Formats: sequence, structure tokens, C-alpha cells
Amino acid sequence: MPENITLKIKRQDAPGTEARWETFQIPYQPNMNVISALMEIRINPTTSEGKKTTPPSWDAACLEEVCGSCSMRINGVPRQACTALIDKLEQPITLEPFSKFPVIRDLVVDRTRMFDALKRVRAWNPLDGTYDLGKGPTVAPVDQEEMYKYASCMTCGCCLEACPQVNENSPFVGAAAIGQAYLFNKQPNGKIYANDRLEALLGPGGVGDCGNAQNCVRVCPKEIPLTTAIAEMGRQLTWYSVKRFFSR
Amino acid sequence: MAKRVIVVGGGLAGLSAAIRAAELGMSVDLFSVVPVKRSHSVCAQGGINAAKNLKGENDSPTIHTTDTLFGGEFLADQPLVDGMCKKAPSIIDLLDRMGVPFNRTPEGHIDFRRFGGTLYHRTAFSWATTGQQLMYALDEQVRRFETQGLVEKYEHWEFLSLVLDESGNTRGITAMNIWDRKVEVFKGNAVILCTGGPGLVFGKSTNSIINTGAAASRAYQQGVHYANGEFIQVHPTSIPGADKLRLISESVRGEGGRVWVPMNTGDKRKAVDIPNADRDYFLERKYPKYGNLVPRDVATREIFDICVAEGRGVEGQNQVYLDITPAQSGQKAEALERKLGGVLEIYRKFVGDDPIQTPMRIFPGMHYSMGGLWVGFRDEGKMLAQMTNVPGTFAAGEVEFQYHGANRLGANSLLSCIYGGIEAGQRAVGWVGSHSDEAPASVYDGERKRQEGINATVMGMTKGSENAFALHRELGNAMTAKCTVVRENKGLDELLGKLDEIEDRYRNININDTSQAMNQSFGFTRALWDMIALAKAIAKSARLRDECRGAHFKPEFELHKPEASKIGDAADHDGYRAYCGEISTKWGAKFTLPAKNTTEMTPEFTDYMDKWVEIQRKWSSATLATYKPGESQPEIGYREVAMTVQPPKPRIYK
Repeated sequence: MPENITLKIKRQDAPGTEARWETFQIPYQPNMNVISALMEIRINPTTSEGKKTTPPSWDAACLEEVCGSCSMRINGVPRQACTALIDKLEQPITLEPFSKFPVIRDLVVDRTRMFDALKRVRAWNPLDGTYDLGKGPTVAPVDQEEMYKYASCMTCGCCLEACPQVNENSPFVGAAAIGQAYLFNKQPNGKIYANDRLEALLGPGGVGDCGNAQNCVRVCPKEIPLTTAIAEMGRQLTWYSVKRFFSR
Repeated sequence: MAKRVIVVGGGLAGLSAAIRAAELGMSVDLFSVVPVKRSHSVCAQGGINAAKNLKGENDSPTIHTTDTLFGGEFLADQPLVDGMCKKAPSIIDLLDRMGVPFNRTPEGHIDFRRFGGTLYHRTAFSWATTGQQLMYALDEQVRRFETQGLVEKYEHWEFLSLVLDESGNTRGITAMNIWDRKVEVFKGNAVILCTGGPGLVFGKSTNSIINTGAAASRAYQQGVHYANGEFIQVHPTSIPGADKLRLISESVRGEGGRVWVPMNTGDKRKAVDIPNADRDYFLERKYPKYGNLVPRDVATREIFDICVAEGRGVEGQNQVYLDITPAQSGQKAEALERKLGGVLEIYRKFVGDDPIQTPMRIFPGMHYSMGGLWVGFRDEGKMLAQMTNVPGTFAAGEVEFQYHGANRLGANSLLSCIYGGIEAGQRAVGWVGSHSDEAPASVYDGERKRQEGINATVMGMTKGSENAFALHRELGNAMTAKCTVVRENKGLDELLGKLDEIEDRYRNININDTSQAMNQSFGFTRALWDMIALAKAIAKSARLRDECRGAHFKPEFELHKPEASKIGDAADHDGYRAYCGEISTKWGAKFTLPAKNTTEMTPEFTDYMDKWVEIQRKWSSATLATYKPGESQPEIGYREVAMTVQPPKPRIYK
């Protein structure tokens, strides 16, 4: 059992400023995760060289891997910091912010583009109102199970971070939004507007921009079959384009 | 001025309020410290209650009301609970239409499972991440309203204060952009606070670490009453961790999970190798009818008792087994995976063991606050449902105190959040309809300047030697030790002293960081002040309630129940009938009194009932804490509970 844990954290004071690395050492305790290590650092923010510094900033909320907040690159891999157990990580542990999103400070990034993508693909069921309209449609258990897989997407951003097609100059919506479009095209009520979602995924930034690297499905913390959704949406788009061509 | 409703908080209650207000055509400004999709409601696991009666059990909303009132030991205002339980079935339908992937029966209907404090299958669920699934459905609807221009989101914005005019009416809020610390005023004559529970006041809890309780505390420090603060639910089953306590849902017991410890505390065998004969299923032993599904406060005290008082925890530690292995639960591994997947996954990821193969090790953890901002329920005069005592300020969800009384039943919180949110949204729209004038500019500017002043003070805390995060640990440890499962007046007095000490030391904090961008040390230090104020309201309320009710357990004032064999049906007793008569007169309620029981009452039972009735006369009231600026502790008052639906009776689970 090691006495200390060593973490190398990529620091950046504000948007657009130079990044730097700081190294911290904290006492080892059993069952620690990256979040509890970061909590220890802020109690005494001093680098391993003994230099006083500011407590690193990081995003976190539920710590149970259901909120999607604490995304970061840990030893180079995009993942959630809460489920990154210290005992299973090689040291020194490097923590970096996601590189495909603007840095706000230290490990905190702005993931607004992901929520904008959900607007683009109209990821919701139509709803007349909250008043009582009686029960919803019956659903086969097997369909519920299929939908649940995609409904567990936390918009954490790991799939975008790992994707070679996502970068500053690319409008690609990314796997998460395509997965949600697939989900709502499968929903008994959602499929009423299936064509609107397909329309949104045609052209630049849509499904056609996927390079089939399949990194998304490898890094997804919820193990969502994202490549299946992309392939399925590709098929739906082909049919949609053909039909649209002949109905002109 | 333009009519707008301000919603603070984007969990189930906040999103429900925003949706209801927006569908009535109202413009909504929605504030949240995180993107609303990441709000704490995502952590809810087991399900949401509604008496849909889809299992042929003759369940009904009336029985749901009875279970909820009984479970909360008759401390909730009854007409509100009744309204919620009656609306519950249509809320399930609404969520279904929104696309929540509820688990299904073979015929394709929504499946229901059992939860604590009821004998019916009344809990709809989506695997075991029901809160997350409900959140996403509501989040999607809010996004739809966003694209229609009806909802404007302010994510990464923190609520700082209400803007109140000279007469104390709500005029808007001040909020701070967390990323750059800019303070702004937002005008709106109705504000709905949906900011969740105060988990961080107890240090580590099952709450998300964003649940500081600061927003509730800020409203409380501006004059909103904090009600029933002493009622803190400690969940029986959580996994202790260095960073938080992770919830293991009650649904595990709903699906057949059994709680046990080895008969012989020194038993060195692996859990799976210990035969049934050598296991003590203590909940089933003590409560043959409800078994492992007694309400949370009861289960928590029993587990606490076994571990702390009797020293019989697993390996002598503070832990007991929760056994969902197929052999014990009677369910196949695939079925368990489908119904409990999310929970099993948490245990596998954070502990490393597979609950399908071996029993989990769990211990109670602070989970939920039944108490919160006081909201009225009368529709006549000024008082509106979900509105606080500050005109125009509403509250919904865990941040307010209604619906759960002294103890919340599992899977009732998601329901109360959505129901309360919808009610609040509707009432707030009505309120701004008749209150649309604008206050003088000085009202808004004055509040903004006051908040900027507080920020400047906190930013100037650079000379001290205390660390805010370390001081917070001390606060949490003190609150957990003295103000959770077992409370003693001596300990609570010590706690109140300790809170004064923490408040003094607060002034000596060094924030270690004076940068403008995303300064978390600054933000946490500011919130810590509010956590201390709220801790005092909770501790003082607990100190003054000298009885045992629901989650509030004070052994010095425990009314010991007669042995099980000597308990008849409490409702048949003369003392109880007299009390029914009294509350009928008091609140004008018409209760059908039970027929006189011919069974002879034992003297023990008569004595018990007489004492019980006395306690009800004294304590059937909500605690109201009022903040007193410049004073060390809040003023505590009481307000009688509205018992217009059914008379209380002794809360005995068999």
C-alpha cells in the first residue's frame, strides 16, 4: 500500500490564459476516488514542492455517475472522476480538462454545445399539456429495455471528447445527440416527429460527419450502444432521403 | 412591467414549476447552479408512488393518503397530502406520455413494486434510476419551451437573495454568475424556490455535493420561516465513502432484499457461507407483517441499535448485510438486473463486490429533510398553496416542509416534487396576474449593492488561518454526531455551543484564492455562512421538541409501547375516541368513530393511550424557526397541524 498519492493537475486560471501543471501529494486512504483526492487537496492547497497555491476548480455533483458533471481526462482517458478509483489508477495520476470544449478554469469546461445539439435534434416527446389525458401507450418490455439504454445518457461529453471528428472547426453534433434522436424516433409518441429529427441530421454536422472511429462507444460510462444508434439513424436517413427524392 | 415568473432550481420541482408556468403562456427565468439536467433529483433510484391499482389489490389514493399520514406520524397538513395522493395517478400518466421508460408488465402496462410503509404495490420505476429518467423527461419538455422562447435558462447562476420591497413583497432575485462572479438583479414579482435539501449541512450525506441548503438559508435569513427543520431522514441503507454516502435504494428491499447480521458477532465465515439458521433477520423478527419494509425511520433505528447499542454489526463494525442474492430474494439474476440495475452497478463500481453473488454491507446515512421553507395551504385571503410567508415567494420540492410530516415514505419525494412544482407554477402565474407593478429602481439597486458588499467582504478574507472546507467538515461531523438518529438534549446543547464556535471561527477563514474566474473557494465560503445559519435552525428545533415523532428520536422522552401481545387496535380505545372528539371540535372535521370494542383493554395499554393522547395535544404542531438578525439563535414557534382528513392514531408497525 503506497503512503502517498501523486496527482498532476493541468491548471488554467481563466478562459484563454496559458495552462500549467501542478503536482500534489496527499496521504493514501483506502477506497479513495479522484473526487475525494481533490477534496483533500482543497483542504490544504499546497503543491508537492511546498508552494502555496489556489484550490483547483472542478465540476461534480452526484458522485454516483448519474449526473454527468465530473467529466475530465484521467491519465489521458475521458471519464467520470467519481468512478475513477485511486487503487485502479497508475500514478502519478494526471488530470486534465476536456480538450474539445472551452476551458472555464482548471478542470471545468463549458459543455453548452451538447445541450444546443439536443435542441437541434428535437430530443423530446410532443406534449399537449400537463392536464389529465389518461394513460400513455402500452409498451413491450423489450422495447422499454432498448429505450432505457439510450435514456441513461447523462450528456457528460466523453463521447465527444474521444471523437476524432469533433473539433473547433467541425459542426458535428456528436454521438450523444444522435443517440437521443434515435431514442425519440423509437418512442411511441416521439416518432410522430421522426422526420423532423432526420431533417436535422441531414447535411453538415449530421450523421454523415461520423468517421466511424467508434471511440464514442468505447468511452461511454453508461455503455450506451452509440454506434448502433448512429448506424440505425444512417439507415433511417437513407430511406428518408430516397423517399424525399421521389416525392419531389 | 413584463410579467415573468422566476424559478430557482432545476430539479424535478423546478422543472415542473417551469413547465406549468410556461404552458400557461408565462415567461419563465430558470436559474440553476448546474445545467439543470445535472440536478440532484437524478440520484433518486427506487421509484415514484401512485395508487394506480394495477395489481388487483384494491389500492386507492385514499389508502395512499392514510399510509403517508401514518408514515409521517400525523405531522403533515392533511388536505395537502390528500390532494397529492389523489393527483398521483394522473402524474404517472403525464410522465408516461413524456416518454419515461417505466418498467413494463408482460402486457405492456407500467409495472409497480413495493416500497416501505405500505402493503401495496404502488411504486412505478425505471430500472433503479427513476429520478434520472423523470428528470430527463422534464428537462426535455423545458428544452422544448426554451426553443419556443417561453423559458430562459440561467445555468451556472447562483441565487443570492430575494429582492423585497419596503412592504416585504417579492420583487425579484439577485443572482451571481458562478463562472465570472458577476452579480445581477432579475425582476419578477413571483419567485419559486426549488433548491432542494440541505445535505451538506451534515457534511457527508446521500445528497449531491451541490446541495448546500444555502438558497433556503438565504431566504430564511430574509424572513421566510424554516419549518420542521428537526425532521431529518437518515436512510437505512447507504455505502459510506470518503467523499459521500452512496444510497442503496429501498427498492432493493422492495424486491425481496433482506437485512441481517450473523447470530454470532464473531462469525468469521463469508456472508454467503453462513446458513440461515445462523443469521438474525432482525427486521423480520421484530416486524412480522411489514418485515424489511418498515418505514425508514424505524429501519434506521433498528440498524443503529443492532450496531451501536448492541455491538452486533458485521465484524463488530457499523455495518449490516443487505441480501438481494437470488437465494434470499427469490428472484432470478436477470430479473434483479432489470429492476435494480442502477443500484447494483453503483455497488459494483464503488465497492467492487457483486450484490447478486454476495450480500451488500450497508449502514444508515443522512438522506432527506422533511423540514424546509414554510409554505401555507389556505386558498382564502392572502395565503396560497406553496406560497411562503413572504408574499410572492413560493417554494416546492425538498426545500419546503409540506407533504411528509415527521418521516417521508420512500418514493413519495419524486411525487411531492412534481405535484408541488406544478401547483407552485400555477399559483405563481395567478399571483403575477394580479401583482404586476414595478418597484422603484432603488429597491433593485439597493439589494444588488448589498450582495456585492457581501461578496467583497468574503473576497477580503485573506488574512485568516481557517480553511473553509476543513471547517465544513467539523460542522458536518458535529451535526451528524448530535442531530441525526439519536438526539439528547445535553448533546444538542453542546451542538448549539459548537455551532456558535464554528460561526466565530468562520470570520477567521482564509479563502486562499482571490481570482475572478470560477472561484470555488469563494463560492463555498459564502455558502458555508448560510449552512451554519441553517444548522442552527435545525439544531434548535430539535432541542426544543421534547418528544419522539418519526425521524426525531429523543430517548429521554420515548413513550414505551406495551408489548405486542398487549396492543389491541388502538383506534378502539376510549382515550383515543375522546381525542377524536376533541380534534373534531377543534377543526370542524367529521370523523367516523369506530364502534366500541368489546375486548378488554389491558391496564398497560390504557396507560399508554392516556399518555399518547397527552403528547398529541402538546406536539401535533409544526415547528417554525424565524431568523433573528444579530442574535445567536432563531426564535422558535409552533403552528397546529390541519387534521381534517383523518384522526391521528398511535404509529405502531407490526
